[in-house]
Amino acid sequence: MSTRSPRRAPRTLVPAVATGLAALLLTACGTTTPSTTATGQPAGTGGGPSSLQGTVTVLAAASLTESFDRLKHDFEAAHPGVTVETSYGSSATLVQQVNNGAPASVIALAGTAAAKPLDASMVKDTKTFATNVLEIAVPPGNPGKVTSIDDLSKPSVKVVLCADTVPCGKAAKATFAKARVVPNVVSQEVDVKATLAKVKLGEADAAVVYHSDVVAAKDAVKGVEIPSQVNTSLTYPVITLSDDAATKAFVAYLLSAQGLATVQSFGFGAP
Amino acid sequence: MRYAAGWRSRVALGVPAGLALLLLVVPLVALLLRADWARIPSDLATPTVLPALRLSLTTTSVTAVLCLLLGTPLAWFLARSDHRATSWVRALLTVPLVLPPVVGGVALLMTWGRNGVIGQHLTPFGIQIPFTTVAVVLAETFVAMPYYVLAVEGAMRGLDPRLESVARTLGASDLRYLRTVGIPLVLPGIASGLALAWARALGEFGATITFAGNFQGRTQTLPLLVYVELERDPQVAISISIMLLAVSVLVLGVLRGRWLR
Repeated sequence: MSTRSPRRAPRTLVPAVATGLAALLLTACGTTTPSTTATGQPAGTGGGPSSLQGTVTVLAAASLTESFDRLKHDFEAAHPGVTVETSYGSSATLVQQVNNGAPASVIALAGTAAAKPLDASMVKDTKTFATNVLEIAVPPGNPGKVTSIDDLSKPSVKVVLCADTVPCGKAAKATFAKARVVPNVVSQEVDVKATLAKVKLGEADAAVVYHSDVVAAKDAVKGVEIPSQVNTSLTYPVITLSDDAATKAFVAYLLSAQGLATVQSFGFGAP
Repeated sequence: MRYAAGWRSRVALGVPAGLALLLLVVPLVALLLRADWARIPSDLATPTVLPALRLSLTTTSVTAVLCLLLGTPLAWFLARSDHRATSWVRALLTVPLVLPPVVGGVALLMTWGRNGVIGQHLTPFGIQIPFTTVAVVLAETFVAMPYYVLAVEGAMRGLDPRLESVARTLGASDLRYLRTVGIPLVLPGIASGLALAWARALGEFGATITFAGNFQGRTQTLPLLVYVELERDPQVAISISIMLLAVSVLVLGVLRGRWLR
């Protein structure tokens, strides 16, 4: 008799934990399709200016970090019932993630070429919303004395580029080919922000990034322009992957005059 | 009754144990299932693979030697000391074990970077560590050395302390005692410490890409190549992953057969 009560605890607890875990795993497996989940916040249904509810998951190219953070902020302010979740990375990584089932309502990429590997069956709509060109970023003191793209071939100038698997790396490669410059590359980083970071930290003398990155970095770096004859321009597409109302509203906001103005205030060009 | 109770506890323990096993084994099996075995030879002949393999093997070997030369004396000091500071040193050593590797990479940049605490004094001499193979070794050593020191310290603590006092009464110096008695007796511990440290160094990604960057032949180790190839050609990434898996299993298997029990 006395042995029964200590046994009862593990007997009921452990299977409960196990089923709980199994349920967790099952739900984790089930959420491969993006969906709007009702947040059920009483504040949102009250006197807010918008009745939209749900979560919009936005995957965006690393170069869009600052502009999409602002868009998210502004959109959420206008639609209190909607949560915008953003994730930034190289366009190549994001496309891989979506193809492998990462939940996403919207994906915004650096350049239309980056969208090619995307599983076409998931695409509901594609629109372009911005353009961008390459620029050389140097630390504020410009230790490598970089004044033009030709300087990047000097052995004394440590150049960091994006890996040639991601859009900024492909664009840089094309630009160097056009300029007939062989840069003194010390590292190829996984995305444009990682590339810029090496210059911000002062570890590299120059990085080839987007004009928008130089604008977003403010005083942390200085920009050296690349002439338009050799520069490479990218057109940014926004691809809708979900049919829900909140997602459509977010894309519509991005493409509105106000949304485009926000993006352009971070150094992007008009589509 | 007894049978029923035994059956219940069997399930209560068996289900989570089975889940644990599945969580660990299914990803490895999935990697094998998704591999295109016929393509592996040509995938591994991709021009980027050989430089990365060579770099991974050299840097992890240098890391192992550094662990051996620097880590063994440290393990010995930790093992023989009962000073209160010793436990603090041991706790400090554990930090890199639990630290996210990318944070380790940032810390290394702050140390050895061009503007780093030590790096800024090297710059005038024309020595720059980031983006070099030396940086890869530093990153690997940073993450791997703790495994080695803790493993060897454990083995050394298991030694009979009388051995050392006898050696000392016979006039042996610490160095001689270690060379002739201490180290030979803890060889299995050293081997398992090396195996752990080497495996950790081989898998190092976060600190390397943060601190050493990614450049073919210089700082692009196999894990970095897997990451980059996943975006270029996922099948190549899977083939390299399988090679890494095979190399790790092989080395651990050889060490286990030779020294570990």
